[in-house]
Formats: sequence, C-alpha cells, structure tokens
Amino acid sequence: MQTPSPQLQLDSSSRPPALRLSGDWTLARYAALRGQVNEWRQRLDGQALAAELDGIDALDTAGAALLVDLLGAARLIAAVEADASLGSERRNLLLATAHAHQGYVEEPAAPSESAIREVLAHIGAAVDGICHQLIALLGFIGLTLASLARTAPRPRRWRVTSLVVQIEQTGLDAVPIVALLTFLVGAVVAFLGATVLASFGASIYTVDLVAFAFLREFGVLLAAILLAGRTASAFTAQIGSMKANEEIDAIRTLGLDPVELLVLPRMLAMLVTLPLLTFIAMLCGIVGGAVVCFISLDISLLMYFSMLHDDIALKHFLVGMAKAPVFAFLIAVIGCLEGFKVAGSAQSVGAHTTSAVVQSIFVVILLDAVAALFFMEMGW
Amino acid sequence: MSEALIEIRGLGNRFGSQQVHEHLDLDVHRGEILGVVGGSGSGKSVLLRSIVGLREPSAGRVKVFGENLLELDPQRRSQVERRFGVLFQRGALFSSLTLSENVALPLIEHAGLSRADAEHLAQTKLALSGLPAGAACKYPAQLSGGMVKRAALARALALDPEILFLDEPTAGLDPIGAAAFDQLILTLRDALGLTVFLVTHDLDSLYCLCDRIAVLAQKRVLVADTLEAVAAYDDAWIQDYFHGPRGRAARVAASKE
Repeated sequence: MQTPSPQLQLDSSSRPPALRLSGDWTLARYAALRGQVNEWRQRLDGQALAAELDGIDALDTAGAALLVDLLGAARLIAAVEADASLGSERRNLLLATAHAHQGYVEEPAAPSESAIREVLAHIGAAVDGICHQLIALLGFIGLTLASLARTAPRPRRWRVTSLVVQIEQTGLDAVPIVALLTFLVGAVVAFLGATVLASFGASIYTVDLVAFAFLREFGVLLAAILLAGRTASAFTAQIGSMKANEEIDAIRTLGLDPVELLVLPRMLAMLVTLPLLTFIAMLCGIVGGAVVCFISLDISLLMYFSMLHDDIALKHFLVGMAKAPVFAFLIAVIGCLEGFKVAGSAQSVGAHTTSAVVQSIFVVILLDAVAALFFMEMGW
Repeated sequence: MSEALIEIRGLGNRFGSQQVHEHLDLDVHRGEILGVVGGSGSGKSVLLRSIVGLREPSAGRVKVFGENLLELDPQRRSQVERRFGVLFQRGALFSSLTLSENVALPLIEHAGLSRADAEHLAQTKLALSGLPAGAACKYPAQLSGGMVKRAALARALALDPEILFLDEPTAGLDPIGAAAFDQLILTLRDALGLTVFLVTHDLDSLYCLCDRIAVLAQKRVLVADTLEAVAAYDDAWIQDYFHGPRGRAARVAASKE
C-alpha cells in the first residue's frame, strides 16, 4: 500500500509563519515521524505560528499525539479552532488528544543510583524487612494465643469440623511421603555409619547411630521440614486467596474473628499431627536402618532391636518429641501470617507462599540447632 | 447497508450439558456501535470470546474481516488479531508491568517502536483515556477498578484497532467517569471509523452510544436493530428491560441531551 509520506513545510513568508502539514500521520509512520517531530519542535519552540492541518490525509491517535508533541497543546487547539475546513470528527480527535495532554505532566524517569548505594540500600531494606517480619510474627503469635485463650473455655465455639478436616489434610495425607522419605534417609544414614565405622571395626554401632540420629534429630526435623514445605505453603495459599478475594474482610464485617475461624483450627491441627508424624518418622527411619543392617552388615533384626532396647534411653525419644509441638506451632503461625499478608493480586499469593516455605524451614532448622546445643550442654 | 466486519452464522456453544448458544446469527457492520444486552448467564461474554477466537465454538462459524480465525495459520491470525482491541471485564492488565509498559507492549511488539517512543506514546493514550498524570508509573494493583478499566482501554486502543470489543466497560465507573468514557468512545469512533462491539448492562451507555442493539435471549440473538425497534419488540424480557424503572430513567436522560 503506497501512501503519501508525511511532510512538514514552513512557510515563513506569511505573518505569522505557517506550518503546512501533509501526508499520513498514523502509527505505521510513527517511527519515521518521531525524529522529524523532535527536530522541528526545537525550531518551532516559542514561535508564534499558524498550523495548517487540512493537508493531512490519514490521522489516528498516534498521529494526533505527535501533533500535540510538535505544536504543544495550546497551539494545536488554537490551530484546530482557527481551521474551519477541518471535519468535525478530526477536530474532535485532535481536541480530545490536546485536552488530555494539557495538565498532564510526564513523570521524569527516576535518576539511576550508583551500584554501591543500591547494594547498601538493598541490604538495609532487607534488614529492615527482617526486623518488621520478626515483630509481625511475635505480634501474630500473641494474637493467636490470646484468641486461643478466649476460645478454649467455650466449647461451643470450637471449630471441630474444620479441625478434623485440617488434621486429615495436614496429617493423614502426609503419612505416605513422610514414611517413605524417612525410611530412605534411615537407610542412607546406616550406609554412612557402616562405611565409616567399619574402619574402626565398630560397625555394630551403626545401630546406635541410626537410633540416636532419628530419635533426637532426624525424625522431628524431617517431618517438620516436609510439613513446612507441604502445609505452610497450603495455609498461605488458602488464606491468601481468601484475602485476595476480600473474604477475610467479609469475615470481619460479619463480626467474626478470622484468627479464631482460620488460624486456630490450622494451628491446633498442626499441634496434633506433627508429633504423630514425628513418631512415624522415627519408626520408619529406624526400620530403614534395620533393613540396611540386616542386608549389608548381617546384623539380625533380633540383635538390632535388643541393642536398641539396651543402649538407647527413653530420654532421647523425649528430647526429639519435645521439639515437635514447638515446630508445629511456628510452622502453622508462619503459614497463616504470610496468608494474611497477601495484598490484592494472585501474584502476591505466589510470593507469600514462597516466603512462608522459606521462613518456616529456616526457623525449624535454626531452632533445631539451638535446641541441640542446649540439650547437649544440659547433658540430656 | 455497509459491509459486515463480523459475521456469525449458526453459532453453538455448549458447556457440558449446558447449551449457551444455539443457531446464533449476528452481523456487525463497519463503523457501527453495536450494543449486546442480555440477562445474566445469557452468554454475552462467551459470544465475545467466540468472536475474538479465544473459544472454539461447538457449532457454526465466526468470520472476522471475512476470515475464520480458528482456521488461519498462527502468523496470519496474529496479523488479524492486531486489527482488534479487546477490553476485558476486569481489565486484564499485566500485573508485573506498569500502566505505561502495559500500553507500550503491543506498540513495541507489533508497531516496531523503540521502548522510549512506545512509552511516550503510551502516556498520550493513557491521558486520552482520562487517567491523571502520575498513574503511568504505577502497577495495576495500586489502582482502583475504574482506573484499571481506563488503562485497559488505553491498551486496547494502542494499535489503533479497527474493531473494539468492550466487555462491560462502564461497570464499576462513577457516573461522571462513565459518561466521559462514552464520550471518548464516540469521539474515537467518529475520528477513526472504529467499529465497536459493546457488551453492557449500562442503559445510559446503550441510549447515548449504540447505533444498534442485539438482545441475547433464548440461546440466540432475539433481535438486532435500532434502539426504538428493539424497545418496541414484543417480548416480555425486552419490555421489562427497556420499560422498567431504570430503562425509563435512562430514556428520559437521553432525550434531555
């Protein structure tokens, strides 16, 4: 399609000088026109001049925007109003574009900062974010406990159905994966023990290694990490999508307490399921170790379990189990809190879900390390 | 009568056991503003999605610019799709981009502009759709529903399309904003020869904008004609729609102008 190319001509003989515009002023010509307009605008800046627009063949909003750029809104409006031969449609388009431009100041692009400043600012913002996060978490823990204290003496307000559903989703549904993974890790620990201890001729102590590891640390740690990935994210996604959908606000306006309705059942469900899953994890890890000992070290199952019975005191089991409710509480609270922090969009749900998983795994491992030190110093 | 830009023949749409459209025929002519009305669940949005090729109809065919979108090869189809702009019900702005980036995107991808030029032109389009200065650098999540709608209109208009599809454009706008929106559509139609396919519940828009009105009911287009002819059509739903209290108020308002 051959269309006349857009042209600008300045007729300086008339007073005031007249700018003659012709050709197609459309999006297809935009790239070419842009350069010309920039050039002309500087030449025309501040001059009084009359623009003749009736030579323009085709005009769309992109062309109209260019004309506004070229002449400035005020001059364009004057030119349009002076030109009686212009069709009313074209007049309306030009006027609408010019009026839209008046009083519309383009935002200047933010000046770019130096790289070092940006890195420092980023570090500062991250530290600030962590502090706020910590304060928010402590506040939310308090809120949850207060709500629990209010609800506990009134059985009529216990959300039993919700609790049972959450126990099924967070506990029962997680049993296969927890059992399988801890069984495999138990087998791996036994292999490691067998390899290292064999050089001291002490491969029989593989049994103790597996039992110590799973009762004190790995059982609860693996179960908690799996639930942090599986359940904290689910909590955030559930509550977050409710938040994005204004359902949380609806709960509030109905005079109900979202913490009581949504957080307590989830938190209590976690308090029930994580200790149970921890127990399953300990059992499966020890069984995994037993299978490896039986196959590659020729330690019979009878011998394995009699060694467990003789060497391993009950306190190791209790040390492991004691951590489960703490982890459960923190995972649930972090998952729910991130859900409440969701703002508006679906994108935000995704971001907070990721954040919930990262935070809860971080907290679980950090706390486990602190607890290990504490128990060691106490000689438990 | 001028040529038909959109030609729908025997369209059928079915979701599971639910038949939404059956033997639906409709023409949209060049340069007209066609309003589509119908009760909730009568398939207005589904009709729009079928026309723009987002939904494969269960039966019948849809031709836009004389071509069946679903039969074209991807490149050809993309070229046809550039000739229409769609304003979705909830804006459907890209949430990871600012408003001016949203509008600039089609300009960069299809019109071959540089980023700076495209964003500059995008600002004009945003201003034209009635957004205040300063909104251009914001993200859709930071804006109210009405502002998102205006920005979505700016994006739909980015490539100066020939057909504009509007899905409930004035829903959620305040009356002043809605009237300005109507006026903008009229101005653009007159200046650019736009064809507009307007799905709406807003009786004021129908009265002041539309050249023809198509009523969707009983799984097909019951009647598609000028406002007077549609309002006089002998059907209980149409009579309720145009002669109910809101319909009367809108008619009075339109006749005063």
